[in-house]
Amino acid sequence: MNSPAALTTRLEGPAPEVEVSRDMIRRGLLVAPLLVAICGVIWGMRGVSSSAYGIGLVLINFALAAGSIAVTARISLGLMMGAILFGYLIRLGILFLAFFIVKDFGWVSRPALGTTMIVTHLGLLIWELKYVAASLAYPGLKPRPSRTH
Amino acid sequence: MEALSRLISDTKPIQTPDEAKKAAAAIGAGFAYGLAAIGPGIGIGYVVGKAIEAMARQPEAAGMVRTTMFLGIAFTEALALIGFVVFILLGL
Repeated sequence: MNSPAALTTRLEGPAPEVEVSRDMIRRGLLVAPLLVAICGVIWGMRGVSSSAYGIGLVLINFALAAGSIAVTARISLGLMMGAILFGYLIRLGILFLAFFIVKDFGWVSRPALGTTMIVTHLGLLIWELKYVAASLAYPGLKPRPSRTH
Repeated sequence: MEALSRLISDTKPIQTPDEAKKAAAAIGAGFAYGLAAIGPGIGIGYVVGKAIEAMARQPEAAGMVRTTMFLGIAFTEALALIGFVVFILLGL
């Protein structure tokens, strides 16, 4: 009946968050030149370098989040919860450290770095949400880019 | 301890309005970063807790729940990121 083996304590199989983050990183790399160019127009060469750095930070943040969930979910759900919560703190610390290291360098433009980080993070999430929402609503269909229709 | 006491002894009192402004900005930036991290921390805990509950109740829906959970975490984390950007802009 209620044997311990029947309880779900860990998740095996494919890790959907890795696929989601891989998609987001791919799209982030696709739009990165555009974002860098826009920041370059507004803030000059400092904007170019800062926006490239900001995009890199956001993409690494996504990759770390997905990786920690995928690895720990195979071990135990409790560990996954701990890894997500402490991972959040650790990733905030990494962001702080990444900023702290470069804050006094001449190539850093703080407004460009901050704006790029927020726009990239939210933009990629909303972009991904469009596909995820479609695949959750119609599980049998695989959403494709509109140009292939 | 030695480093801490050296830091305290090396701290100079604020003498000019510019220094006072910088000190206030640094304090404000620290508060912005710290306070902005609290809300998302609670939010992420809630999202993950509910997701684990859902996966334990219905393991066959784990893939869907994990996808939604990951996006929920990332959206919640955007709040902390905004706090971090305020921290960057206010200065350190």
